[in-house]
Amino acid sequence: MPDLSVNFCGVRSPNPFWLASGPPTNTAHQVMHAFEEGWGGAVWKTIGEPIINTASRYGAVDLKNVRMMGLNNIELISDRPIEVNFREISEVKKRFPHNAVIASLMVESRRESWQEITHRANDSGADMVELNFGCPHGMSERGMGAAVGQVPDYAAMITAWVKEAATIPVIVKLTPNVTDIAHMAAAVAAAGADAVSLVNTFNSIVGVDLDTFSPCPQVQGHGSHGGYCGPAIKPIALHMVSSVARHPGAQIPISGIGGVGAWRDAVEFMLLGATSVQVCTAAMHFGFRIVREMAAGLDEYLREKGMASAMDLIGRSLPRIMDWGDLNLNYKTIARIDAEKCIGCNLCYIACEDGAHQCITSDARPAADLRHGPIPKHVPKILDDECVGCNLCSLVCPVPGCISMIEVDTGRPAMTWRQLQEARGKSPMCDMRDLLAKGGVAGD
Amino acid sequence: MALNHPAPRLSPEELERTFADINPPLTRAQALEEGSRCLFCYDAPCIKACPTRIDVPLFIRQIMTGNTVGSARTILDANILGHSCARVCPTSVLCEGACVLNAEGKRPVSIGSLQRYSVDRILDSGKRLFSPGPDTGRRVALIGAGPASLSCAFELRRCGHQAVLFDSRPTPGGLDAYGIAAYKMRAADVQREIDMIREMGVDIRCGFTVGVDVSLAQLESEFDAIFIGVGLGRTDRLGVPGEDLQGSVDALTFIEQTKMNGLASVAIGRRVAVIGGGNTAIDCVTAARRLGAEEVYMIYRRGPEDMTAFAYEIELAKKDNITFRWHTLPVRILGNSSVEAVQLICTRPGPPDASGRHAPEPIPGSEFTLPVDMVIRALGQQKKVDFLSTIPALALRKGCVVVDPETGQTSNPKYFAGGDCVNGAAEVVDAVAEGKRAARGIHAMFSINSTVAGREASHA
Repeated sequence: MPDLSVNFCGVRSPNPFWLASGPPTNTAHQVMHAFEEGWGGAVWKTIGEPIINTASRYGAVDLKNVRMMGLNNIELISDRPIEVNFREISEVKKRFPHNAVIASLMVESRRESWQEITHRANDSGADMVELNFGCPHGMSERGMGAAVGQVPDYAAMITAWVKEAATIPVIVKLTPNVTDIAHMAAAVAAAGADAVSLVNTFNSIVGVDLDTFSPCPQVQGHGSHGGYCGPAIKPIALHMVSSVARHPGAQIPISGIGGVGAWRDAVEFMLLGATSVQVCTAAMHFGFRIVREMAAGLDEYLREKGMASAMDLIGRSLPRIMDWGDLNLNYKTIARIDAEKCIGCNLCYIACEDGAHQCITSDARPAADLRHGPIPKHVPKILDDECVGCNLCSLVCPVPGCISMIEVDTGRPAMTWRQLQEARGKSPMCDMRDLLAKGGVAGD
Repeated sequence: MALNHPAPRLSPEELERTFADINPPLTRAQALEEGSRCLFCYDAPCIKACPTRIDVPLFIRQIMTGNTVGSARTILDANILGHSCARVCPTSVLCEGACVLNAEGKRPVSIGSLQRYSVDRILDSGKRLFSPGPDTGRRVALIGAGPASLSCAFELRRCGHQAVLFDSRPTPGGLDAYGIAAYKMRAADVQREIDMIREMGVDIRCGFTVGVDVSLAQLESEFDAIFIGVGLGRTDRLGVPGEDLQGSVDALTFIEQTKMNGLASVAIGRRVAVIGGGNTAIDCVTAARRLGAEEVYMIYRRGPEDMTAFAYEIELAKKDNITFRWHTLPVRILGNSSVEAVQLICTRPGPPDASGRHAPEPIPGSEFTLPVDMVIRALGQQKKVDFLSTIPALALRKGCVVVDPETGQTSNPKYFAGGDCVNGAAEVVDAVAEGKRAARGIHAMFSINSTVAGREASHA
């Protein structure tokens, strides 16, 4: 039976599924219910000087009939007194000693404030602290959250203050609203952070009401940018996690966050370097019960792959992420349509024709209805010699397994861009400083 | 109509229930769920299966994006009777039958219901989406005010031509108004749709019989073109003794009563025999049950595999507990003054006839009597050859008007035609398509003539 537990900075968690700091981890009542359902850990809703929230707070993006593909919020940190939060953390730890409880913290950017709250976290029995350097709305206007996380020196400075006071591991939660999140991770790692968690939410306006012209969510007809999360952000979060995992200056454990709603998402984050994952939107959408399937799915997957421990997943795909210049230019695939499965929707044809490389043909469909006999089968054709193997047709095809990408032997040896440039006697990389000295690309 | 054993009358409430819409309208939530199933096919087969070529994927996308007005415009631009068609089209053999989801073993998108969702909203709102073109001074007379003429007239008005419809009946709409089962569409729904066409400046003159109240010669002198949209005539007779007894009626008269007189006033027998195997016969058996008939028989001289009714119509009749009598043929209707029974004879398939089907052959000595109080004959309709042959130089084939497949023009260049009198009996949507085709043919003729006239004038 595979071992689902993970060791995160020396803290054991019965599985890699943690609730992220947010509305689901606001109270002991919620966190205990979550642990009963099977969550491995929970990052407490950020503790700091209690705030006052607005109504309303959340907005969402739907995709056709699927609700909440993306969720945004303008809610702030905990509105409950600091002592209540820490007292409840102690109660939860007493009842659930084997689950990971992480206290998320955010206070004004003063050494005494950070160290004082860190002491209280140490004393509460929490397993770790997570420094919220990511909240992109509201708190950042007060010089906290993302205002800290966007400046490497600030983030490093506060991390160092906390490390002086902390007796438990310190995780720094990073904002994605920066140019290079790996750079931020390296800065806090250098300052002593034991781990990073990413990503926090993205700056966003989730929508505008076309009748009232008010942004969503609205507060008496007005709005403010909020933090965007949910399934829609997962690909960006995956990239950011992998970029941190690959950064030589940030070789510390990662807790992956961003659009995790099922075991598959969690496995992807772990393959790209995360040791645990944090979930918020999916729990807000469906409740804590989703973890049962997450644990069952991970268990089944590990069995199928013959892996003894969830820890075996961590970073397994990282060696396969390379620079573009190291990809084999002589690797070729072309699309194949399974005429048996094809339903004749022509979406592959029009996608290729208008949106890609004009490698599919399709005859004009004749007028036909069932009153006059069967409707002739309509199957677009791939022009094998033209197909560039871009995948678009297989991505738009609505029928599972209908369009597959087939590897074609070009008979040519593997060759990368880097190798090609070297063979041409040119530098494989463009030196930006050179360009700047010459006055830019456009002038050349 | 005095019936031997009339069925007990149902209360108005019961009738409303039994004749309730068989395809109730979609809610917004249902429309969004259903619309989300559309794949937005390119060069979509549903468009190619629609005789009027409604851009189905586009109108569904418009519903999904909250542009309901735009969706109705897409539908009505292609088919001004989109409201009727949404309710009465045999979608399972047209757009929905062509939906690619079928090929994956899935239920097709409910295109008819989505179309109704869209058009219902526009009719309810009273919004008018189209306006007539600038007046060209050209005048077109249209004989008949059924779907073909209504569609033709609407298109002509969009081009700026005047359109005057003549119909001998008191209300316009033709079979769309009189002949559609009440549980699919009520008469008032059709009139809302016709109002939309009327407001385009179409002049509809009901109670005018061409050839009686107004002569063809008069029309020819007053109008620049004439459209023939007269449809078909009376239901064929059985040709058996007793056909004129009280309680023996033809299908169209029977359906018309349910549409025009109010359901509560329609008399129905306890036991009813409907003769025929087509869609109209199904309309009759289901209507008879809904009116309160206790036993309803469908008498068909061939087997179930030869029925011309659509499969979903036959299913509807089965659900209504109809007794099918396959391979039987009426030989006589019995009764003193009212129908008391019908005498039937069993048949067997004989050698193939002209249609390729086996001609039913009576089996000697197999006669039997079925006690019934009503006999409804739902055979085909007769061609209006008598009227059509009064039009000079009009070519007919098997009683149907011969037209140019591109323009709808007849052998008499002043006359165009469309609908059942051309296709021999098809769907409302076919009539709409043929009316539209003729309007374009007429418009093209006017355009060429005006070019010629202009050229001649400039040479003079």
